[in-house]
Amino acid sequence: MSSMYAENVIDHYRYPRNFGRLEDPDIKARDVNPLCGDEIEFDIKIDNSQQVKDVKFNGRGCAICIATSSMLTEKIRGQNIDEIEKLSSRDVIDLLKIEISPNRMKCALLPLAVLKLALENHRNKVQ
Amino acid sequence: MKSKKLNLNIKKIRNDFPILSQKINGKDLVYFDNASTSQKPLSVIEKLSSYYKQTNANVHRGIHRLSEKATEEYEGVREKVRDFINARSTEEIIFVRNTTEALNLVMRGWAWSNLKKGDEVILTKMEHHSNIVPWQFLQQNGVRLKFIDLNQDGTLKMDDFDQLITKKTRLISATHVSNVLGTINPVKEISKMAHDNGSVFVLDAAQSVPHMPVDVKDIDSDFTAFSAHKMLGPTGIGILHAKKQILAETDPLLYGSDMIKEVGLTKTVFTDAPWKFETGTPNIADTIAFGASIEYLNEIGMDKIREHEKELTDYALLKLSNLSGVSFYGPTNPEIRGGVISFNMNNGKIKVHAHDIAQILDEDGIAIRSGHHCCMPLMKFLNVPATARASFYLYNTKEEVDRFVDALEKVKSVLKI
Repeated sequence: MSSMYAENVIDHYRYPRNFGRLEDPDIKARDVNPLCGDEIEFDIKIDNSQQVKDVKFNGRGCAICIATSSMLTEKIRGQNIDEIEKLSSRDVIDLLKIEISPNRMKCALLPLAVLKLALENHRNKVQ
Repeated sequence: MKSKKLNLNIKKIRNDFPILSQKINGKDLVYFDNASTSQKPLSVIEKLSSYYKQTNANVHRGIHRLSEKATEEYEGVREKVRDFINARSTEEIIFVRNTTEALNLVMRGWAWSNLKKGDEVILTKMEHHSNIVPWQFLQQNGVRLKFIDLNQDGTLKMDDFDQLITKKTRLISATHVSNVLGTINPVKEISKMAHDNGSVFVLDAAQSVPHMPVDVKDIDSDFTAFSAHKMLGPTGIGILHAKKQILAETDPLLYGSDMIKEVGLTKTVFTDAPWKFETGTPNIADTIAFGASIEYLNEIGMDKIREHEKELTDYALLKLSNLSGVSFYGPTNPEIRGGVISFNMNNGKIKVHAHDIAQILDEDGIAIRSGHHCCMPLMKFLNVPATARASFYLYNTKEEVDRFVDALEKVKSVLKI
């Protein structure tokens, strides 16, 4: 059995949570992985205390990329944006609970990169 | 071809390739990534090593025995290449690093100074980035790029040439065989159209010279580019073939040693083609080992290699078309298709990403490619972010195709589609 395609990964891949778009998101970012053509976008709504009220993602990608995006949306819902800022690559891999080969690392880390980009866009907007 | 039976002694051939006998993830390696790079027979590997053990010396300048021998072997490969593609003279054979460098040499060395504002270059939408990106630089000089569109079956819209060729068309560049679709383009016809219009024809032969007989005299291409590493040779050596007349109008990419007749403090007289284009100490060892790969291919015979790949491709396409959820691209007529199969998988709802296919196949020891294959404009035409790609060579077998098809069934079960 494929180590990378664990039950939880396949589940999130086949039934991605929070897939879609939000109307008038407060925070938004999209990025692509030019090597594989993966494309992920996050829409985030926050409340006055900077907590994530709602989050959706859309795009296309491999099983690892889609599953990671899906898991991240669940992870950050209710989190403060400072907490999201602190998320590391290690946190993402822990979330997936699988061993990722070096050549697939970029698939797992694209969603986090997009999230960080979203926060950066937000900071620039606020300033 | 008289007989339909595979006429290569595959078992013997496979024994010549040490890498093929290893296990990957506990399974016999199936190497289906030949359009990226081919494996190397023992004769090539040994040539490389024996050169360093017995011959190593710098070429062209030395009087001593080793230098003489290195030069002899190095220049001998030029003749082997000439013969292999049926060029008129060894003076038309330039050693470069790879196809990309060869095409860049045409762009910088010839097109850059010969094409003026308002001139046009015609390319096709199935080109590799190496045959698109260099030409884009000409746009800085006001040169316009135009593209031949594709039919749904992955062949070129030949009628487009009539529409696009104008008096201002100075250069047409096209791939002989698509590295994604496998399409074998009618390059002789395109070459004629170019010449009827007084345009120069550039042939990207990276995917054809390794897999079928290619005759540059017959095609009548002005420039032809290909790489050794895709034809059993080492990496780091490639060929630009150019007709003598046009070479006289071409400038080198690099200036310095080994390309001169006479150097003064402020003025230099360059040497003749092809050495004028091979500045500095060249890649002697890999060039000499490349000679061994040409010998190997000649011994098998390019006609036979082409027939073998045609049969494998036909067999694989038939098996794939019986597999639900698999869609493949490119022509189905084996006569106009090389040994390259790009495909995707989906169950109507979920489109499987090519990386997942490649990953799951790798677990079974099957090496295929996934991604955009350096053809992003073509991916756009196909309306996919990426494809998976299996590509064959002389050492591949029908049994390997069977294992590949079985593994695609496994992809479905692993991803539950």
